[in-house]
Amino acid sequence: MYVAVKGGERAIDNAHAFLAEERRGDVSVPELSVDQIREQLKLAVNRVMAEGSLFDPDLAALAIKQARGDLIEAVFLIRAYRTTLPRLGASKPIDTSAMACVRRISATFKDAPGGQVLGPTFDYTHRLLDFKLLAEGEAPQAARAPAMPAAVPHIADFLNRDGLIEQDTANDTTPPDLTREPMELPASRALRLQAITRGDEGFILSMAYSTQRGYGRTHAFVGELRIGTVPVEMDIPELGFAIQIGEIEVTECETVNQFKGSKTEPPQFTRGYGLVFGQSERKAIAMSLVDRALRWKELGEDNSGAPAQDEEFVLMHADNIQATGFLEHIKLPHYVDFQAELEMVRHLRAEATREAAE
Amino acid sequence: MEDYNFAYLDEQTKRMIRRAILKGVAVPGYQVPFASREMPMPYGWGTGGVQVTAACLVPEDVLKVIDQGADDTTNAVSIRKFFSRTAGVAVTEATTDATVIQTRHRIPETPLQEGQILVYQVPIPEPLRFLEPRETETRKMHELEEYGLMHVKLYEDIARHGQIATSYAYPVKVEGRYVMDPSPIPKFDNPKLSGSAALQLFGAGREQRIYAVPPYTQVVSLDFDDHPFVASKADHDCDLCGAGASYLDEVIIDDAGGRMFVCSDTDFCAGRRAAGHVGRLGEAA
Repeated sequence: MYVAVKGGERAIDNAHAFLAEERRGDVSVPELSVDQIREQLKLAVNRVMAEGSLFDPDLAALAIKQARGDLIEAVFLIRAYRTTLPRLGASKPIDTSAMACVRRISATFKDAPGGQVLGPTFDYTHRLLDFKLLAEGEAPQAARAPAMPAAVPHIADFLNRDGLIEQDTANDTTPPDLTREPMELPASRALRLQAITRGDEGFILSMAYSTQRGYGRTHAFVGELRIGTVPVEMDIPELGFAIQIGEIEVTECETVNQFKGSKTEPPQFTRGYGLVFGQSERKAIAMSLVDRALRWKELGEDNSGAPAQDEEFVLMHADNIQATGFLEHIKLPHYVDFQAELEMVRHLRAEATREAAE
Repeated sequence: MEDYNFAYLDEQTKRMIRRAILKGVAVPGYQVPFASREMPMPYGWGTGGVQVTAACLVPEDVLKVIDQGADDTTNAVSIRKFFSRTAGVAVTEATTDATVIQTRHRIPETPLQEGQILVYQVPIPEPLRFLEPRETETRKMHELEEYGLMHVKLYEDIARHGQIATSYAYPVKVEGRYVMDPSPIPKFDNPKLSGSAALQLFGAGREQRIYAVPPYTQVVSLDFDDHPFVASKADHDCDLCGAGASYLDEVIIDDAGGRMFVCSDTDFCAGRRAAGHVGRLGEAA
């Protein structure tokens, strides 16, 4: 005999209690602290801040702990928190040429003013599991170098002097904000960059990779990649001048791309741009490739029909919170619609069987 | 939950949503873009409906939440609990007692009354989406009232299957102008959309669209003169309450494939049983 399913509320409460217990894991193992996550899983924290669009390492670390290490779930927690925060105002644009760099490299020049600075990178490490890390208590110390000069010039500026690279003209129009306005297409470059910088790292990576393999190829060189901290300044109306309200770590990537010229533009190098919270190199490079691929129209290039050139395709599918929500919602009950489909398939089958019999 | 505003969203956000709702009411069936917020439940779980409900609720409201027609499905329970916590409004399972009803996939069987608001959760608001994936194109098609593609699709269904092979989210035309997706309700519910005394609001959070069917608006399911629209359901009566004209769920009840049919609208079924109606497998109340 069928009994109507009741008790959904208790089932949900119990499931959440089970989840909390599982999150803690074996209680004989010491609990992970948020400080430990922030300091020792920094790149995960950076990713959550970048895709969560909120620079707060403590909250990102808390989200990672709460999400049991599921970074997309952690991004979701940050986004849901972020959207409740009041807007106090907008900062002045950050000046990345005033960045205190910990890493700064160029692939297009052997050396450049400011120098090549490797910084804390996985590049050139041999990917061998370091079993020494199984033993605890180690605190490695690296050699100290003198601080880099306060302002390190951008590589692209050198090319700019010779007119070899497109000019980036300053523009004081307020950029659109897709967290406050619905996305409108076609999108401006500023809106595209915002969507990409908070987009899923894996998706942006694959889109960028596809351009390298020929789907909308743009022949990118990493003109410059720099990582470091920049001050954030804000105009305070009561004071009448800007004050520094904090400091954020960002990764900036500028690619230099071959461009054979078009009907309107002479041959010159063009640019792709990536800027991401924290040390997020892979994302910043991928972002600059996707940015450049999406600029085909403004540069008068051909649309080869590649996915990475398709603004609507890229922008509408880059957000992993939207994607994961819609993907996973199909596990919710759909039995009413399924019933309607059942009736229809039965009806169509009955028709087909009747026709076959005639 | 004193840390959050009434019904969770801040007042500026609610005002933005209310403006979109008013525009939707003024242009029935037109999809109004709105700056959907991240909600504390995932996209696809009814974030559009939740935002619309949050923007409509006042402290005196009585809220009912259903999913698949039932008040006790997990997501309906979760959303109801969310508003009990964040808005402190009274909740009910009785369709007639509710002032705001948030629904996923069904329209209640009991006819709605003036003053009631029915809020639909919408996954894909664009009825033309599966014919044309580009938003830039489909918006143009709506602007130009260019719905030929939809009619061709329905015609092709008839040519191939002898009937229109859409059983839910069946497209409708609102007040003779906009073709609209009624959300994934079974086509059985489509006739209830038209001339309803209640205000019907549709919220799609992930897709950032709100649209509306004001009270007493004409809503026509698309069809052809020689293949008229038929609101179909399982050809049974409810096994619990005996109702012959309510939408039914098919429930498998044993290993031998035995099944029974019960009302998908749990409040409607319970009400009938309380009034003494008994179905094939029901017990007298």
